[in-house]
Amino acid sequence: MSGPPGTPHPPFGVAFVFSGTGLGQAPLRMPGANDRCTGAIAMPPSPSARRAAVSAALPPVIAVLALVALWSLLAAGQPPIVLPGPVRVLQAAIASWSSLRPAIAVTLLETALGLALALALAVPLAMALAGLPPLRRALQPLLVASQTVQVLAVAPLLVMWFGFGLTPKVLVVALACFFPLAISLADGLAGVDRAYLDLFASLGARPPQTWRLLRLPAALPAFFSGLKIAVTYGIVSATIGEWVGGSQGLGLYMLRSRNALRIDQVFAGMLVTTLLSMALYGAAVAAERRAMPWRRAS
Amino acid sequence: MTPSRLRLEGVGKSFGDLTAVQDLSLELAVGESLALLGPSGCGKSTVLAIAAGLLAPDAGRVLLDGEPLTAAGKLGFMPQRDLLLPWRRLIDNLILGPELQGVPPAAAREQARELLPLFGLAGFEDAWPAQLSGGMRQRAALLRTVLAGHDTLLLDEPFGALDALTRLGLQDWLAAMRERFGWTLLTVTHSPEEAVYLADRVLVLSPRPARPAARIDIDLPRPRVPALRADPAFGQQVGRVLTALGLT
Ligand SMILES: Nc1ncnc2c1ncn2[C@@H]1O[C@H](COP(=O)(O)OP(=O)(O)OP(=O)(O)O)[C@@H](O)[C@H]1O
Ligand SMILES: [Mg+2]
Repeated sequence: MSGPPGTPHPPFGVAFVFSGTGLGQAPLRMPGANDRCTGAIAMPPSPSARRAAVSAALPPVIAVLALVALWSLLAAGQPPIVLPGPVRVLQAAIASWSSLRPAIAVTLLETALGLALALALAVPLAMALAGLPPLRRALQPLLVASQTVQVLAVAPLLVMWFGFGLTPKVLVVALACFFPLAISLADGLAGVDRAYLDLFASLGARPPQTWRLLRLPAALPAFFSGLKIAVTYGIVSATIGEWVGGSQGLGLYMLRSRNALRIDQVFAGMLVTTLLSMALYGAAVAAERRAMPWRRAS
Repeated sequence: MTPSRLRLEGVGKSFGDLTAVQDLSLELAVGESLALLGPSGCGKSTVLAIAAGLLAPDAGRVLLDGEPLTAAGKLGFMPQRDLLLPWRRLIDNLILGPELQGVPPAAAREQARELLPLFGLAGFEDAWPAQLSGGMRQRAALLRTVLAGHDTLLLDEPFGALDALTRLGLQDWLAAMRERFGWTLLTVTHSPEEAVYLADRVLVLSPRPARPAARIDIDLPRPRVPALRADPAFGQQVGRVLTALGLT
């Protein structure tokens, strides 16, 4: 952050004017603010920090355990073909791991490509919508309509048009993820406080500078809320695409398991789908934290 | 006669049914310091936004150096809210003006650093705005305006969020800078003392819609120095302003 020595002379050589007013306060050091930039080795978490982390993690852990307990209870009186218990599902997942693992890889690839496609379309469209209000008014209803389209109904059509390969699944994922990404980013870009735009105008900013230095960073929080919603749709949409017409992937794994009446494997597939979605959500949260370090400061 | 820097002629502005400014004229000569004083909500910030070229008046016109003002960015402008960008560290907020004008950031940071102690911001250059106190944020906003490099500054309550001591210190700084660089100042303030200390003339505005209610020439020697505050003549000028405000 520090500039090189020998930079041009300051415009206001004012320091000497005030060397007697008592205005220059003793430089207060704020612990943390600067230390972060010095690359100092991170201190081990203090006991109180660890206690805070534990008490933050406790409620969700308890909730999950309670759910698993309830599941076991419900499954106890049922034949495994109707409702397998958690242990049995876990065993099924391990036993069929050799077919689960490649299925996971395929589904993840479809999701990643679909998300990338959705992003590649949503970001420029959101910028156009935010920059051109008439366009926004014209397209907003169509965007909402695109969201109400039933993935389950469209997926077979996409398979019919694009075959059984990767393309229709990628398109299903992109269709599901596109709307939350485009709308939230467009809202964020268009919602920049007028006063900030005035500030930039008063500093002589040109429109590309206002986009780069004001609108885009200001829209980051909105963008990431859209991304977090989009990634939770992603895996599920890919499996729907596979279910209605796939030759591989988690959707097909679940379909085959159901046809073979291996309900424990169907549950294993659902479990894996959920875990993958949660992992993607976690990745989006991590990216959000990385992209907006100032949010941790307050 | 000194040439005119900024001239508002019969300016009016309404927001829907609400008339914020009506038939307001004012003149700011080169090197002059004018203070705008008036009750809250009377339209002072609106006048300043019009003068900065950020808001087009419904009536009247604005002349900058004799030419109609058509675009913003020709005058230094300090908005009433600090408007620091939360995603930029303090030092990078300060250099926003130079950076937008194409000055390399490293060079601009170097300039800004020299002024940090004076503005009570030393040691905080890498802090996020959210980590600063309200007073620090306001000083940062003033420094950002100053570093943008204009010699005519429109300041909207520049010291409003400051404690009394810091406020007096920065008034001294502003008065001295004005002498040193021949700045032309249009300052909105709620404080009669501040108006008298900083300005050659005080324009008292009526309650909304803002219209000139009184124009007071401040008859005090320049440069303004801290000792002046203890001078009976200073109190006398403040008294005149208070009378114009109907407070005596
Ligand atoms: N963009 C706007 N839209 C609608 N009304 C506005 C707008 N800006 C200002 N106003 C109204 O115009 C009037 C004058 O506002 P302005 O901000 O100029 O007052 P002010 O004198 O600066 O007040 P204060 O001393 O409290 O800062 C207020 O009644 C305000 O509600
Ligand atoms: Mg105001």
